[in-house]
Amino acid sequence: MFVYYLDLALRSLKRNKVLTALMVIAIAVGIGASMTTLTVTYLLSGDPLPGRSQRIFYPQVNPSPHASTKHGPWDVMDYRSAMDLWSARRADRQALIANATVKLGAPGSGRPPLMVPTLATTADFFPMFDAPFRYGRGWSADDDAGRTRVVVISDDLNRKLFGGEDSVGRTLRLKDGDVRIVGVLAPWRPSPVFYDVRGGRYSNGDTASFFGRPEDVFVPFAAAEDLVGNDFDAFTCWAGWDSANASLQSSPCVWMGLWVQLDDAAKVAGYRSFLASYAAQQKTLGRIAYAEDTRMMGLMQWLDFNQVVPSDVRLQTWLAFAFLAICLFNTVGLLLAKFLRRGGEIGVRRALGATRRAVFAQCLVEAGLIGVLGGVGGWLLTLLGLWLIRRQPVAYADLARLDVAMFLVTFGLAVAVSLLAGALPAMRASRIAPALQLKVL
Amino acid sequence: MQTGLILAALRKHRLATLLIALEIALACAVLCNACFLIAHRMGLTRVDSGVDESALAVFKIDGFEAAQAGDLNARMLAGLRAVPGMQSASVVNTAPFGLPTGNAGINLDREGKRFGGVVGLYLDGPGSFEALGLRLVAGRAPQTGDFQPMVGFAPKDSQVVVSHTLAEHLWPGQDPLGKEFWSGDYHFRVIGVVAHMARPGAGEGGTGTIEWSVFVPTQPGPNLVGTYLLRAAPQDLPRVLRDAKAAIARAVPDVVIDHENSRTLGDLRERYFRSDRVMASLLVGVVAALLGVTALGIVGLASFWVQQRRRQIGIRRAIGATRGDILRYFQTENFLIVTFGIALGMLLAFALNAMLMRFYELPHLPLAYLPAGALALWGLGQVAVLGPALRAAAVPPVVATRSG
Repeated sequence: MFVYYLDLALRSLKRNKVLTALMVIAIAVGIGASMTTLTVTYLLSGDPLPGRSQRIFYPQVNPSPHASTKHGPWDVMDYRSAMDLWSARRADRQALIANATVKLGAPGSGRPPLMVPTLATTADFFPMFDAPFRYGRGWSADDDAGRTRVVVISDDLNRKLFGGEDSVGRTLRLKDGDVRIVGVLAPWRPSPVFYDVRGGRYSNGDTASFFGRPEDVFVPFAAAEDLVGNDFDAFTCWAGWDSANASLQSSPCVWMGLWVQLDDAAKVAGYRSFLASYAAQQKTLGRIAYAEDTRMMGLMQWLDFNQVVPSDVRLQTWLAFAFLAICLFNTVGLLLAKFLRRGGEIGVRRALGATRRAVFAQCLVEAGLIGVLGGVGGWLLTLLGLWLIRRQPVAYADLARLDVAMFLVTFGLAVAVSLLAGALPAMRASRIAPALQLKVL
Repeated sequence: MQTGLILAALRKHRLATLLIALEIALACAVLCNACFLIAHRMGLTRVDSGVDESALAVFKIDGFEAAQAGDLNARMLAGLRAVPGMQSASVVNTAPFGLPTGNAGINLDREGKRFGGVVGLYLDGPGSFEALGLRLVAGRAPQTGDFQPMVGFAPKDSQVVVSHTLAEHLWPGQDPLGKEFWSGDYHFRVIGVVAHMARPGAGEGGTGTIEWSVFVPTQPGPNLVGTYLLRAAPQDLPRVLRDAKAAIARAVPDVVIDHENSRTLGDLRERYFRSDRVMASLLVGVVAALLGVTALGIVGLASFWVQQRRRQIGIRRAIGATRGDILRYFQTENFLIVTFGIALGMLLAFALNAMLMRFYELPHLPLAYLPAGALALWGLGQVAVLGPALRAAAVPPVVATRSG
């Protein structure tokens, strides 16, 4: 029966090519626009650490000595709080992070020194965040304690400096000190660069920069303190700080993050109470003023809190779906015209014994066929749209690709839209009274 | 005269009429809001920075020790000023549309009770005020004695110049000269007001605060080093910047030139507003596609109606209706449907605007967009229906005598 309906639908579509083309184009354009924007939103709001993100947490305390907080804790912590929490080692894994842009030279390469984004972190960073290695491996906890001058470099930097070969054991010059390469990462593109996400609420929706690339150099935090000095990026300072004469470690500034991995709910609860008791103890010592102001969000919650999907992308998605709705209304109107024009034909079929249900099904098959054709057009337009996005100068441009899931969604959406559009006209067509139509014939 | 007839006919096609009217309504809502968004975005990109953009460039270096600041600034300035065509070079912390630095929350009293907002501080060295070309509207420009050394993030006690917009925000309707504000225990006193002065980035306060900036005369030193403002004749500027990079690479080889952020102000402005322009052109695309799809819908449905009513048209022609009558019938019908859609669409437009305002920093939809959108859709409807209506008018009266 279905094959017969399909045959009827094909004949009917061929009979009025212009009307068919209008409907297919309307659906294709609507699907193309909404799938392009939906794909971008989907890529930008995905889980950067699938399977592990629910075990990763971001503890925060408010180190301010004044009890005036409108914003909750700052997005990162001061040296003392971060180091205290890290060295307590209450989590299954824990990694400090601090960012800096540092002068890097490759002795013997003949290249002038360049400024590279650098992450000072601790040994657990690589296993905790599943960073893939091409050569060598990360450093050990002993290297953290021993302030060993080693680095892990990115695939990009390895290509730029060493043409992509195994550079483990070579020496680089990081600012004024020599460091030995112990590991080279394989291409790694977490999106967003989740461990660096912060300040989203101050960015006014312009969060495209969260989707850049990970740092080129990873260095043990203690070694970085010796090498980088005061050149770390400070998030903000709650009081004046004379950077020429005082160290960042003793400054009233927040500049360090701490990520922890907690493997079960009991440990999460345990860490929360540890965080609260730490803050309370610091308040008793008079270092901080606002002990209640602690927070520990999960990774995905933290990304949400920072509104990582840029507001322009969300606006585009809204627009695209409003546009799809207009295309939908358009298709409903055209299908209605098409089905009712065939009133005579439907009347004959009804008179010959076709049930209402059969007429309804036949009309829906025709609508669905239009949906499949529109889906093909929509898929091509989506590829075109994503190609256009890849040419835009935004940090996430290279991520804009259609994966299998979104490819299937494209067709699913196209057929769903056309069936939805076909339902009402099909209902009207199936209610045609045979007698009235036959009289006109 | 025909209106009653048309309404009676439409009543028989309630569903199709409703559909096309709903499509028009949605199109009206999206059209008004999309055009408003385009105008809003383009308005943002036209902000007056207040400086001589075409004659200015920023030069930024990295990879040096703050302790060598005094010597480094002197070597850099000497190297830059030696470039042929260079009119002036001065030490600054940033420039309009440059790296967003120097943001500070300020209070209007010493105790920190009256918050004034987060403003952008230009901590700029001697010569920069003149180089920028800021237009003073009240008070005086900073003089040599006003340039104070940095202690921490700013000089402790500064004589500053503010933008007119910021002055109006902080002290509405008052004379800003001599007014004071604080940031922590840093003290600032206003000595001058300039017509316009854009900050590097609007940031936390939103796009409305793009002109909340303060010029703080500052002595270069360990906390103010590495970023330089270059001024040259507009036609020489690209060459001067290129020569400056080559000259500094030779004269000060131990630093790293930040090519990404060493650009002319024109380039920086282009980069700063790029996403706004991309968004605006995308919206233009949406509007065009939207109008196209709506027109196709009208053509499709009108053609169907014309074909369906061939017999009735023939009868009307046979009993005396002219071609013009038939043409006007379909035109009036379209006008009525579009009008109905527009009426609904205006309500939808406001609902959509209210929703956008909740999520985005947007003002109310100005009323002027509604009649403009209505005119556009009426025009679109008439153009779209013209083809089918002409075909209807061409139906010969003889059709009335045939069946089917």
